[in-house]
Amino acid sequence: MSDLALEDALSKRKSRGRIRAFDAVVLTLLILAIWQAVGSWTRGIAVSPPLQTLAYLFDLLRTSMFWDHASATLAAFLLAFALSALIGLALGLIFGVRRFAGEVAEPILAGFYTIPKVTLYPVVLLIFGLGISAKVAFGVMHGLVPMTLFTLGAVRNLPPVLVRTARVLRLSPGRTMLWVLVPACLPDIVNGLRISFSLTLLGVLIGEMFSSQRGLGFLLVSGMAQHNVPLSTAVVTVIVAVAIAANALMLRVGGRTTRRPN
Amino acid sequence: MTRRRAALFVRIAVLAGSVLLLEICCRTGIIDPLTIIPPSDMVASMIDRIGSGELNDSIASTFSTIVLAFVLAIGLGTLAGALLHRSSRLRDVVDPLLASYYSVPTFIFYPLLVALLGLGKAPLVVLGVLSAAPAVIISTLSGLDSVSPVLLKLARVHRLSPARTLRWIVLPAALPRLFSGFKLALSYALIGVIAGEFILSGTGLGYAISFAYQSFDNRAMYGLMLFVLLIAVFANGILYVWEGRLARRRSSG
Repeated sequence: MSDLALEDALSKRKSRGRIRAFDAVVLTLLILAIWQAVGSWTRGIAVSPPLQTLAYLFDLLRTSMFWDHASATLAAFLLAFALSALIGLALGLIFGVRRFAGEVAEPILAGFYTIPKVTLYPVVLLIFGLGISAKVAFGVMHGLVPMTLFTLGAVRNLPPVLVRTARVLRLSPGRTMLWVLVPACLPDIVNGLRISFSLTLLGVLIGEMFSSQRGLGFLLVSGMAQHNVPLSTAVVTVIVAVAIAANALMLRVGGRTTRRPN
Repeated sequence: MTRRRAALFVRIAVLAGSVLLLEICCRTGIIDPLTIIPPSDMVASMIDRIGSGELNDSIASTFSTIVLAFVLAIGLGTLAGALLHRSSRLRDVVDPLLASYYSVPTFIFYPLLVALLGLGKAPLVVLGVLSAAPAVIISTLSGLDSVSPVLLKLARVHRLSPARTLRWIVLPAALPRLFSGFKLALSYALIGVIAGEFILSGTGLGYAISFAYQSFDNRAMYGLMLFVLLIAVFANGILYVWEGRLARRRSSG
């Protein structure tokens, strides 16, 4: 998938020590300054300034209301992510090993990846009803396909000698997957998990924003509707921080798996 | 080639079979018609809706927004990518931002954009550009990286002017990567704009679907959904075929 190639090219750039650290500080300050400028320029009707947001967030983190919504989102997200990861991994391995099935399935999956799935959310609601299962299903719809495609691509590009060795050793299909395919494809699988993580999160949040009574997406939209700007800005800040931290963590884990010699 | 054709054939058979199965399940009442209507009804409803002309305004507004966001994303993204490519220091700074950009669900900024810019077209265009432009920046960078130094030396040997180097050497060499960025940009712009209309807006096809859902008009909702999905598949399909043609021309010399 093209996302992978693009990000691969990015991560190849080497660091340049101290200058880089200095630039990073400048960049952070610049982002904060822009945030502050937008906040004061609009007089707080859309975005509240950084300091005020942090203060509000600090209070918010101590209310049980916030944790109620956060745990609703977290439960839906974790379930959706686990389902996307496991089913996507299994499908990817199967489609990777069964070449013809993979050739049949890949364009369908890639096509599904590029359509605006939001429009399908009402169907999910009609099937699953209002509640956590609709959010989970919608999260899986977003996260499953990238996981499958990444795993499929990894298995397909594997040296054939690995699969042949497994056959010579008469490993059962399950053991072949567990002991040969998964370890050999690990870097791509971690990458797939990373993309799948962010898309599943997107799916769950969109579900909450469109129609739900609980969760961070709902809190964000209701903050907007009640003109409680610090609330919506604080929620956005939390989501952005969590997403970036998780992504950085998985980038690091992925980097470690690729660097390991054979 | 025969294998590819066989795969295509099976793929069409699988898709047709699924539609047929859905049709049968809906007609025999295994699936409640209040949940999903039969595919043939979806097609009929779509033709009704489009034919009646009541949606012409929504269609025009949605597509003009998507095209505007797509063009802006390509223009700004290519420009920013080219600038970043020239300054390695700037690029070192921006790299981590780009690497984590798509992990943030851009969509959560949409309510802020609405508050900032009002409920018109502007927040939708901004949302579309926000979701599409970084893909163009990343692919421009990787495309410019992929131009081999030998080609640039060749340009210097022939004393090409910078403009001609760009036209005859850099662009052709970087085109495949650039194109994959454009393809992503189109689907991201489409998803961003339609999703924005769907959640918080008063116009466009996304809003029409959400309105039909909220007024329990399933028939209209499925017709509109089918229309949007067909358009998305069609638009992506055109770029896909075009890309394949470019790749073939390249390999045949």
